[in-house]
Amino acid sequence: MFYRSLFPRDVLAELERFQRGMQQSGDVSPSIRGTGRGGYPAMNVGSTAQSVEIYAFAPGLDPASLDVQLDKGVLTIAGERASVLPPKEAPATVHIDERFHGRFRRVVTLPDDVDPNAVSARYTDGVLHVSVQRRAAAQPRRINVV
Amino acid sequence: MSNEHSVSPQAAEALLPPVDVVEDAAGITLFADLPGVSRERLGVHIEGDTLTIEGGISLPAPEGLETTHAEVGLAVYRRVFTLSKELDPERVAAEFNQGVLKLRIPKVEHAQPRRIAVQVA
Repeated sequence: MFYRSLFPRDVLAELERFQRGMQQSGDVSPSIRGTGRGGYPAMNVGSTAQSVEIYAFAPGLDPASLDVQLDKGVLTIAGERASVLPPKEAPATVHIDERFHGRFRRVVTLPDDVDPNAVSARYTDGVLHVSVQRRAAAQPRRINVV
Repeated sequence: MSNEHSVSPQAAEALLPPVDVVEDAAGITLFADLPGVSRERLGVHIEGDTLTIEGGISLPAPEGLETTHAEVGLAVYRRVFTLSKELDPERVAAEFNQGVLKLRIPKVEHAQPRRIAVQVA
């Protein structure tokens, strides 16, 4: 995905590549799966003592077409978004074309203590929310001192 | 659809939602990605020749949630477009489904293309 621009004078593409480089160098430990940022869908990840919450901002999908898998602590979200742009031969002009279309796949590594049998996924307002429970044994406990 | 003052004031920082804009003979169709925005928190306003799309993100979050990685770092979307005068702001149609807003802005009747017959003298 991170190829060099075919047209070296394409300023915008060069700028984007530069920006990516900056992002990568700013990351202390870039992921082996790439820069992680800027893909579709955008993702937020958070956690509580009981669960890990993943939000994938993937608007305009049919929830049945979403493929969500959890395997060995790695959560994969994949699917496809159709283009709304008219076919080339249609008598229409595309002025702005920024929205993502095509196949996508994003991968998140979850903490070791998640319970793969306690996962729920909901798709609301174009956001896929995956909640994975953490194993009870891993939850912090207060130890009484006698 | 248009409930004013539902989202934050104009000056606040906001995310720029990606859009597709397609024009055909009868008008313009705009698609905007606003994931996380419910119908109640979406605002589409036309004032003069300015079209404003804004929306507030509300996510279901359990208590004590600590965000560890955020690519969506703000909770508000806003994008403003200037309409041209051949567009008819009175007849805009909007659909909002799973975070995707579709706006259809027709052209005013007299601005639609007409085939001009060429008379041969």
